[in-house]
Amino acid sequence: MIEFTMPSLGADMEAGTLMEWLVKPGDHVKRGDIIATVDTQKGLIDIEVFDTGIVNALLIKVNEKVPVGTKMALIATDKEAPVPIQKQPPGVERRIRATPLAKKMAADKGIDLSTIKGTGEGGAITHVDVEKVISGKIPPEVHEEEEKTGAAENIRMAVAAAMSKSNREIPHYYLDVKVDMSKALAWLTEANKQRTVKLRLLPVVLLVKAVAKALKEVPDLNGYWENGLSEKQEINIGFVVSLRKGGVMIPAIHDADKKNVDELMTSLNDIIPRARAMKLRSSELSESTFTISSLGEGNADTVYGVIYPPQVALAGFGSITEQPWAESGMLDVRPVMNITLSADHRATDGATGSRFLMIVKKFLENPELLVQ
Amino acid sequence: MTEEEIKQVLFRLLKKIAPETEPEKLKPDDDIRRTLEIDSFDALQFVVALDEHFGIETPEADYGKIATLKGLISYIIQKRK
Amino acid sequence: MDALIKNTTITYREAIKQAIREAMQKDEKVFLMGEDVGRYGGAFAVSKGLLQEFGPDRIMDVPLSESGFVGAGIGAALKGMRPIVEIMTVNFGLLAMDQVVNNAATLLHMSGGQLNVPLVIRISCGIGRQLAAQHSHSWEPLYAHIPGLKVLSAGTHEDARHMLQPALNSPDPVIIFEYTFLLNAEGEVSEDAGMVDITKAKVRRQGKDISIITYGAGVYKALEAATVLAAEGIDAEVVDLRVLRPLDNETVFDSVRKTHRALLVEEAWGAVNVSSEVCARIMENIFYELDAPVMRLGGQEVPIPYPKHLENASVPQKEDIINAIKKIMLHD
Repeated sequence: MIEFTMPSLGADMEAGTLMEWLVKPGDHVKRGDIIATVDTQKGLIDIEVFDTGIVNALLIKVNEKVPVGTKMALIATDKEAPVPIQKQPPGVERRIRATPLAKKMAADKGIDLSTIKGTGEGGAITHVDVEKVISGKIPPEVHEEEEKTGAAENIRMAVAAAMSKSNREIPHYYLDVKVDMSKALAWLTEANKQRTVKLRLLPVVLLVKAVAKALKEVPDLNGYWENGLSEKQEINIGFVVSLRKGGVMIPAIHDADKKNVDELMTSLNDIIPRARAMKLRSSELSESTFTISSLGEGNADTVYGVIYPPQVALAGFGSITEQPWAESGMLDVRPVMNITLSADHRATDGATGSRFLMIVKKFLENPELLVQ
Repeated sequence: MTEEEIKQVLFRLLKKIAPETEPEKLKPDDDIRRTLEIDSFDALQFVVALDEHFGIETPEADYGKIATLKGLISYIIQKRK
Repeated sequence: MDALIKNTTITYREAIKQAIREAMQKDEKVFLMGEDVGRYGGAFAVSKGLLQEFGPDRIMDVPLSESGFVGAGIGAALKGMRPIVEIMTVNFGLLAMDQVVNNAATLLHMSGGQLNVPLVIRISCGIGRQLAAQHSHSWEPLYAHIPGLKVLSAGTHEDARHMLQPALNSPDPVIIFEYTFLLNAEGEVSEDAGMVDITKAKVRRQGKDISIITYGAGVYKALEAATVLAAEGIDAEVVDLRVLRPLDNETVFDSVRKTHRALLVEEAWGAVNVSSEVCARIMENIFYELDAPVMRLGGQEVPIPYPKHLENASVPQKEDIINAIKKIMLHD
């Protein structure tokens, strides 16, 4: 029997509150299925299962807050199945918690209880909650607004915890390099001429692509420090998305090395709005193996990032600015970008970091190599 | 569509992309992106929304023409002719 | 002048005595019998002076035999008298349980409707005077269980004063519970209030947020709790059940229909008490009016302790009621 536990969605997460089970005992699940929603400092997160099998028992009740690592469900592997399927215990079925009066009122008025947020004991919907909706005093959106305000504070605390841990534990070293972006930008301009506005590429996809390819060649930077360096097979690029109300979310672009630039753009179009709405999946929050922080145009020239533990490196991209550029004894003006690497000196040394930066530089200055 | 109507649509689209800003306070010559702190990703979303809403096509080469409210409105009017 | 409404402040003891005196003055078939009710003036001095006023034929001291004198009372009632039998404390009442259950409550049924037993039994009851497990318990539920009895609880001065006459008017046996801890307490009684309707519960305080449903010793505590809660913005209604058998469903249901929440409070042991029955009736009849689970506060399931602090801890107090209501209303 496989134990499904409360996942850690980052170094900063200590506990999560189960909001909903999306499966019941007896359901077949496969790796990647979303089986629960959990409330964390980073919003409501869809939690995925990592194994394939049959749900045997749900051990945590809705609204229960449990620490990371707590057993939440038991899943029987296909080998173990068929298992005696446990009858669904009453408390864990997917039902709306509402008082008898609230249910009756909602039924009389044809109101869907799932659209109402309960303020009663254990989040139960009371007749007062239903009345407020009937009288139009509290449309559900207002609740959402309130939640988001609190969420901004939660995010702040989550970032604070992760960054404090990083600064406390990780001996950072920093390297930087200047990159001539003229060819990359020219390539992009050409590429975008052939694309409709919806499919248009942003410079950042080239950065992601270059980093992913460089990590293939320098795998030491793609992994976790867990009492020693453990390199990761998958290259999942965490992409820093700053939130408008402050704080950052770092959703992962999975298997970035296997995606072409259009696929990477599609990924960004998917995760950036969801990150801003705080609607990410657990794997997107927990499975990054390397982080990219890109300031974008019209911002500071250089960014020295703080590594997101347990990762061992972070690449920072400043704004592209026009700068004097000397080459082959000639002086020219080029669009230039400063790229930095922050790396964990426990895991790697400057030589490794430097090799990585030089490879990124090579790709960005020769975009035809990038998109092969 | 009058200039004023276009302006109202633009405010609505900007508000959608940057909900906590006040596009109504933009002056005609303000740089929209810098004033409302819109990043490149959201800027692209805005162009997508513009194209869909007004039935126009905005090539990258024209981005310079739509940096301000004044420029953007005259660009749209001219494109829709 | 006779239309003047008179409110007087008297002790609970005095209220009971006035009720007995008035009943005896009105109807010469009424008489009082019990241990020490005559020459000693009553174990709790309730009947002091009545022997001098009405003579030994109507204020009758009896031997220490509850079964014997309750049986005698039943006999007198069968023969057309209107006896008031006093049982000193509810603990001793168990010695007469056979007479109460097998004769008083049953004869009408067993005789095919020929024999009414118009008997009133007054029982001192309750907790709070350090009389320990020998003399203080809340055993109202034991009596409320028995068909054929009418069981009343005088939780206020008003009821102590005006409940006896309607009980005597009843053609069938009535048990009245009186509360020893209230005896010296003063309260307001309206002389002209008239007889208590002994078929109805009584709303003692109007409120809209939650119904405290209680009786006997719980009534004043609930009212005090409601006053404290009102200052904190919680508007509690207090329902005095008053009639424990047969229960008045409608007054209870009307209250819960209004407030949608209920806390049941009594001093009797928690399991299988009057609250259990009221709770079940709410569930059976007005489930869809509820906006929170019905909660109960009952006595701790121990023989009543002697030390004051333990005695206090053994039954719900004002603070317990306040805390329970805050929990229901505010979930904290």
